[in-house]
Formats: sequence, structure tokens, C-alpha cells
Amino acid sequence: MTEAGTLHAPMKVEFDYTRSLGPTLSEFMTGLKRRQILGGVLSDGTIAVPPPEFDAETYEPITEMVPVQDEGVVQTWAWVPEPVPGQPLDRPFAFAHILLDGADRPLLHAVAVDSADQIETGLRVRAVWADEPVGAITDVRWFEPAGDAAATTPGQEGGEAVTGIISPVHLAYDFAASPEESKFFRGLAEGKILGQRCPTCGKVYVPPRGACPVDGVPTTTEVEVPDTGIVTTFCIVNVPFLGQKITPPYVSAYMLLDGADIAFLHLLLGVDPADVRMGMRVKAVWKPRDEWGTTIENISHFEPTGEPDADFETYKVHL
Amino acid sequence: MSTLAAVVGVGQTHHRAKRGDVSMAGLLREAVDRALADAELTFADIDAIVIGKAPDLFEGVMMPELYLAEALGAAGKPLLRVHTAGSVGGSTAIVAASLVEAGIHERVLTVAFEKQSESNAMWALSIAVPFIMPVHAGAGGYFAPHVRSYIRRSGAPTHIGAIVAAKDRQNALKNPFAHLQNPDTTVESVMASQMLWDPIRYDETCPSSDGACALVIASESAVERSGIKNPAWIHGTQMRSEPTTAAERDQVNPHAGREAAAALWKQAGITSPIDEIDCAEIYVPFSWFEPMWLENLGFTEQGGGWKLTEAGETAIGGRIPVNMSGGVLSSNPIGASGMLRFGEAALQVMGEAGEHQVDGARKALGHAYGGGSQFFAMWVVGADKPSH
Amino acid sequence: MRDVAVVGFAQRQMKEFDGSPTCVELLVPIFAELFEQTGWTKSDIGFWCSGSSDYLAGRSFSFVSAVDAIGALPPVMESHVEMDAAWALYEAWVKIQTGLVDTALVYGFGKSSAGQLRRIMSLQMDPYTVTPLWADAVSIAAMQARSGLQGGAWDEEQMAAVVARSMSDATDNEHAIRAKATSVEDVLAQPVYADPLRRWDCAPVSDGAAAIVISAADAPAFDRLKSPAAWITGIEHRIEPGALSNRDLTVSTSTASAGAAVGVDGVDLAELHAPFSHQELILGSALGLGDDVRINPSGGALTANPMFTAGLNRIGEAARQIWAGSSQRALAHATSGPALQQNLVMTMEAR
Repeated sequence: MTEAGTLHAPMKVEFDYTRSLGPTLSEFMTGLKRRQILGGVLSDGTIAVPPPEFDAETYEPITEMVPVQDEGVVQTWAWVPEPVPGQPLDRPFAFAHILLDGADRPLLHAVAVDSADQIETGLRVRAVWADEPVGAITDVRWFEPAGDAAATTPGQEGGEAVTGIISPVHLAYDFAASPEESKFFRGLAEGKILGQRCPTCGKVYVPPRGACPVDGVPTTTEVEVPDTGIVTTFCIVNVPFLGQKITPPYVSAYMLLDGADIAFLHLLLGVDPADVRMGMRVKAVWKPRDEWGTTIENISHFEPTGEPDADFETYKVHL
Repeated sequence: MSTLAAVVGVGQTHHRAKRGDVSMAGLLREAVDRALADAELTFADIDAIVIGKAPDLFEGVMMPELYLAEALGAAGKPLLRVHTAGSVGGSTAIVAASLVEAGIHERVLTVAFEKQSESNAMWALSIAVPFIMPVHAGAGGYFAPHVRSYIRRSGAPTHIGAIVAAKDRQNALKNPFAHLQNPDTTVESVMASQMLWDPIRYDETCPSSDGACALVIASESAVERSGIKNPAWIHGTQMRSEPTTAAERDQVNPHAGREAAAALWKQAGITSPIDEIDCAEIYVPFSWFEPMWLENLGFTEQGGGWKLTEAGETAIGGRIPVNMSGGVLSSNPIGASGMLRFGEAALQVMGEAGEHQVDGARKALGHAYGGGSQFFAMWVVGADKPSH
Repeated sequence: MRDVAVVGFAQRQMKEFDGSPTCVELLVPIFAELFEQTGWTKSDIGFWCSGSSDYLAGRSFSFVSAVDAIGALPPVMESHVEMDAAWALYEAWVKIQTGLVDTALVYGFGKSSAGQLRRIMSLQMDPYTVTPLWADAVSIAAMQARSGLQGGAWDEEQMAAVVARSMSDATDNEHAIRAKATSVEDVLAQPVYADPLRRWDCAPVSDGAAAIVISAADAPAFDRLKSPAAWITGIEHRIEPGALSNRDLTVSTSTASAGAAVGVDGVDLAELHAPFSHQELILGSALGLGDDVRINPSGGALTANPMFTAGLNRIGEAARQIWAGSSQRALAHATSGPALQQNLVMTMEAR
């Protein structure tokens, strides 16, 4: 994280999606929970696993399902030398198209072998089932070479029909700020609020921008602005939500700093929300210096200064 | 324009908080199958498909149209996926219309959807970005300060938002597809509901819905060859965008909305919108946006929107009925919400709006917006072919 | 149909872009370069259309900030596809055909290096039965490659020849990420990575942005145009089923039908968007390109593949060849989705 480069920080995007299934997929997943693989009968009479929800020729829903074997033959495969998080195995393995006995179209799944020379097209493989199937494609943990031994995994009795699955999507990103924003955040680490002026329209942007949104050119000339200004408009947040970091109720307000031509959102505390007014004069309250980083959160919040409110006419163009 | 285009089929789902009975494909097909049946067509008659939805993070599928190709009957055909924030349902319909107007296709199927119950919209819209203060609290947190600005600027009484909410929820009772069906909603009950993002109350916000909307758009010659006697002719379509934030940007009466509307009225040969438009489906996710958009669209002068609302002129039977279907305030599958406005406008001029039909509606507006009040898409549809 | 030409093209490609996922910093100089090429200004552009992906950026509405690069006040007529920007160009071309606008600027951008690209791409698969296995993009392509190898549709030497030609040609392309004078023997000497693919068979993870200006011949601003024109003679696209088991992975029916619809007769040059070496062989067969057709003089996607832009780049690269007089009739192709699921074919000619 040098002065020359931009500021980077890890960013996580994580949610466990709840998917409802509808009739076709529900039947398929319910089968898996019972350690049974079902194929859908297509309009041409062939059997596809997993069953498509709609027939590609007639566009009608697939309604007829038949059981197929949990053993079959590799049709094509790819070696996965460096597995990524979430894949069936965390050591090298193969993804393969497996034509299960009784099916006409292959299933995509993993095959657990130790090296690429232990798998080939035509290899017979057999499902390895989870100890406690829940009704998801991952109930088949992976396939393994079938060998000579007979299949040993018994089916299991039903329980309730599966109507939904939970699908975790957890992604990690490297977030980078733009060069202009990086200057702004680095300034904050020194207790300064650094804006920049657009070379074309002359407006002062806080934070500065990679492109003045009116002129499409980067803001350039640095302008340090004070940590005082006014509230242009605001709302009082009473609603809790997932991922929220501040406990409601709180006042979320647009702060127009003195000398800036654009307001930004921040917290307003130190006043009863009912007493907050448009045009109210405010000042930044900084966290203790030893807690500062390259973030706007160095400013803990804003609070009123007690000065007279700004006249509506002076800020109405900022609404 | 090479050829005229018309909406010949409209379909939508029963919108609910969670459509646990269907998959994403099933949800889409419920709307698509109804639109095709309405148009008296089958998948075989369709030349191309245009699909729209809001952010992929809502369902956790990257470009879901790829996996949905079979369910949409798209295999072997051209398919486009539009994404323009909250206006997407409208923009998607406009792209579909342009494929016909350009003379490229005869019949285009367009569909927009959101299955919001797969995740949580507040989460998807408020993912913490490094270095930034996380005060932003979903769409309500974004728009509430601008509603406050409108109230201050216009001098509107504080119960205007409640009038809109009560009207739209009552309208929803006449729409069997609407998500919210609350017969007891009144101005008083809205005023008594919890203040969520002051000045926006709970009952003044849109629900989070699973839902889809589909339209079939056909060329003039395809309409003539069909059995459809009551198409909704497209008289004009416009889109405009502006930045989210800019120095001195007007967030209450955005420039892009004003400019899109002015261009639209001109294109549709309309000189006095309030007199010539019989009814409007306007994207109102928070009740106060009804008066705001009435002004932005030029139905009245600045500061006059709330007066139309207060006088009951936006109710069915009023001078300019708005959101006869119950609007976004009663059903909000985000990606589909714009197309529902466009489709409901079409239903009105087709005379197929059922209990929420405006008597004798001949010309209607469909409107959508998105982002930070910065992306606008709108169309005018009419019972008659455009005369200009 | 109105006559429409590609009249400007600018691009940036890099291994790792040190900047924001909105890529505004890349788009600003690209737009400036296009105005320099065309001699036009912002007000000459009637329609703006872009292609990008929220999942690449890791946030909802990631395309919204890119509008800043336009300088969009007064407001602009604008749209966005969650697709490669080649499809944004298609939308813009359609808009011009309606007569509502005369010119358009089309752009794409993406920062693939911000996340783990091949893993993110598994979110394109069936969300119920495939994505939970995180079947990544390289594995899917490798299965496709093996299907063709074992069925005799192509062999390892042909794949290596694609790689060698691409990397060697890329030495003349300042924007290429992977460029080196390379022989078939050099390629075959590389270790196998995702068996049967070598690393060089797979496009490098690339960041970048690109933009193209198109104009109708009867646009009022056309007479003031400083740049040359590559005239669009056809543009078509098709999609195939999503389920891999519902397709023959060794052919591309969508490319073949789009190609047949535009007509590829007389094409002397083709820029094919093939992120994996064997996919170029599939595309060449689908389009029926003869040995006399020069393929990917830019080095193609195997030498730089900025997601959501690489397809648009093929159009730009083909247009450049026409502007330079080195092609009379050129074909450009873009792909999207797992294993060449969706394909766009466009032809251009000199006049």
C-alpha cells in the first residue's frame, strides 16, 4: 500500500441464498434425500439427469420422472489441479460428465481420484453419498471408480418432500479505491479533508472524483476543506437491516462542508433526532487519533455547532 | 422509424413476498405463458427474447438468462439481457420495442423478473464497501432525505404521502395479481404506521416481492395478421440517464426525468399531458414519489403535484388516475416493477384491466426510474395507431 | 436498414488494473481518445450503451458510476446490458435502425482480477444442480476440449497451433498481455494444467475497458468525421441451451446460424472471441472459414481477455484492419456464457 498505488482492502460478498424449487426440481431433490437419483423423461422419450424443468422442444414442464442408477460411465472429464473453495473436494480431482445407467444424458459431477492418470473416458464410477442427505446435488459427495465390489449404499426412507435448498455464495474481492479517492482517504488518515476542483466547471468535489460527473474529466486541483458545514437534508433511520453496522435510530444526513460544492452522507449525533433541521450548522467529531485509518470512519459523526441555521436560499441548489 | 409496434400480449405472476411454490424458471414461465396466451401465440411464433432484471446479487446467479435459455424458449434465437437499475423493466420493454420498430423482428417476447425471496434486497443494496461510512440504509435510506427536500420545497402537508399509500393499496384490491391485499388501509392507518426512514413511514414503502411480467410486442403487419383486435400501439419511448451525484444536481426534480418526459410528449404528439393522457402507471416505490413525478413528468407545474394528489385527481375517476393496479407500493419484484408499469398501461388501453380499468382509456403512460433517481424509461401507448 | 459504420475504437488491457472496479479511470482517457479520433464531442453522441457485470465488480449496480465518465449532465440517452459490450453495440445499432438516434458510443469494462474469476464464473451455471458444485469456467472448457479431442474433432497439435499463432501475432499488439514468438513445439513442451488444457490454452485473467463509436451514414455529424469508416454489413446473435448435456459441445450451432444469417462469403479476416484455444477451432468450423481467412491478427482473446470487453475488442480490431486497408471484408465474433453458449457475428466492409 504505497503512496504511488491506490488503496486496497478486502471485501466480502456473502449470502446463503434460499431457493424454492417448484415441482420438477422438488421431486429430484426429494429423491436425492432418499439416496435415489431421478431422471426426467423428455418429449423424445430420452431420460435426462438432472431433469430439466422445461422440455427444450415442446417448452412444456417435465412431469414424468424415473429412477436411474447411481453408477455410470465417464463420458468426458477435466482435471482440477487447483480446487477452489466450495468444490466437492479440496484436493485435486476431476469434473466429469457421467452417463448414469438408465439415463440418456450425462450428469455433471466430481470424480475423486488421486491423479489424472487414474481417470479416463469410459471409466465406471459410482456415487459416494453423504451420511445425512438433505435434498441437494451435494448429497452425492462425489463419484469414485466403481471397482468390482457391489454398491453398498442403501436407499433411505423418505421424510418430508424437499421444497427448497440453501445455496451459500461466499465471494472474496480485492476492493480498490480510485486514485482520487485514495488521496482523500489518505488525507483523512492525517486528519485532513481533501477535495478536488474540476478543471472544467470549477466545482469542488469532496471526495474527489475520477471523473467530474458533469464534465467527464478527473478532478485535479487539491482543495482542503474544513470539517464544518451544514446539513442539507437528512432522514432518521429507524429500521434495522442485515449487515447494518450502526444501531438505529440514527440520523443519516447530507453534510455540505464549507467550501465544497457537493454534500455527502454521514451520521449526525449529539442532538435529539426530532430537533434536526435542514440548514443546521455542524462540525465533525473525530475519533481518537490512534484509531485513525484511511477511512471516512475517522470522523465518528457530526454534531451541531449551535450556530444559526443557514438560509434555505443558500443551499437549495444542493437538494 | 421503420414500422409501428404494439403490445399484443401481457402476462404477470401473482406477486407475493415469497413464491415458494416455484423456481426462478417457473416464476418466469407463469408470466410468459400468460403473455403468450393473451397474444394467442406460442413460443414458435417468437423471433427474439429480451430479458431484464435488477442486480444479479439478488438471486445469486450471474446472468441467469444463460441457464434460463430453455425455459424461455430462447434456444436457437437471439436473446438480450438488459440491466439499468430500477428502470430496467421499462428499459427492457423499450429495447424489445426497438427490435420491432427497427424492422428486425416481427414478434418479440420480453420478460422481467425478480425473485427477491432468494436473498434480501437490503443486504444486496447495502454491502459494506471499504473506507466508506455505512450510513446508507437501503433504498429507503437513500430516498428519504430527498423526500424531505421535496416537502420543504413544495410546502406539501405531511399527510400527502399517506393519501397516495391508501389510494394505491385500495386500488390493489381490484388487482388479483397485486402482492398486498390490505382492505383496511386508510390515510389514518398509514399515518399511524411506524416511521422507518423519517419522513417515510412503513406503510408508505413498497413491499419486497417475487414476481415477473412479460409482454409480447409485434409489428404492424404481424398485428394485422393476428386475431388481436385491441393492441396497445406504442406512440413513443424514451430513456434518459444522469449521474448519481453531481454538484448542484436536482435530486427532487431530476433533469433526466424532465428531459425524457418532454421528449416523450413531443414524440407522441402530446401538448397537454394532463388533458391527453387518460391514466398513468408511474414508478412510485415510496408514496411521496407520486407528487414528485407528477411534477417531473409535466402533468402539473413545480409544487403542484401534491395538490393533484390531495384533490383526489390521481384516484380512479380523477383527472389523471395514477397506479390503478396498486403500483409499486402494492407489488415490487424490483426488476419486473418497471415492466409492470408498462404492461399495466398497455392493459388500460387494451381495455383489459378488469376491475381497475379506467373507463374509456385511450392513451396511457408507463414510467420507470432507477438508481438514485437518475435512470428514466417511459412510454406512451394508445388504443389507436399514432396519427403523426 | 440504415447504413451504419464503426468509426472509432479505443481500448486498455492489463493484467491487474490498479484502480476502482467501476473502471472510470480507464473510461475517461478512452472516451477522450475517441473524441480525438472522430473529431466529435460528447454532444455528437446520440446514444450511450455499455456492457459489464455486477459479479465481476462484487457489487450491485456497478455500472452506475461508469456514467460519470460520460459527464452526463445535461442527461444522455443511455442503456446497459449485463453482457459483453458487443451486445451493447448490437442494442445501439438497433437504436440507430429505429431512426431515434444517428450515432452511438458503446463501451465495456471489467476488473476480473478483483475476484477469483474462474470461480465467480461458476455462478453462470444452473443454480440448483451445478453451481453448488462450483464447476469453474476452466473445468467446463477443459471438458469441452476433451470431448473434441477424443471424438477426433480436433487434436492437440491444432490447439497448439492456435496458441502459437496467437501469441506470436500478439507481439505486434501493444495491448496484449501474453505475447511471445512461439512455435507449436514450444506450446506442446508446456506442462498440462487442467488436463487436457495447458495454461496457454486458456486466456489470461485480464482487466480492461474499451469503447467504439458507430454512426449512421446519414448522421448530420458524419460529414465532420475525421476517422475512417468500417461499414457494418450484418450483425446477428443466437443463444443455445444452458444445460451442457443438452448441447454437442464440439460444435457451435449458434455461431453457425448467426454466421449464416449475416453471410460470411468473401470474408478475408476474422477476429474470433475464443477464450480457449479449442474454441477457435469450433468457431472456425461453425463459420466455415477457409484457410485463406486471416484469423485473429491481434492475437485474440488468448493473449488478453478482459471480461465483458473482449468481444467488443474483436469488433474494434476487425474494424482497424479495414481502416488500415489490410482487409476488404472482415468478420468479428463475440461469445458469452459457458462453453460458447451465446454468440454474436458481425461483418464489416471497406467502401
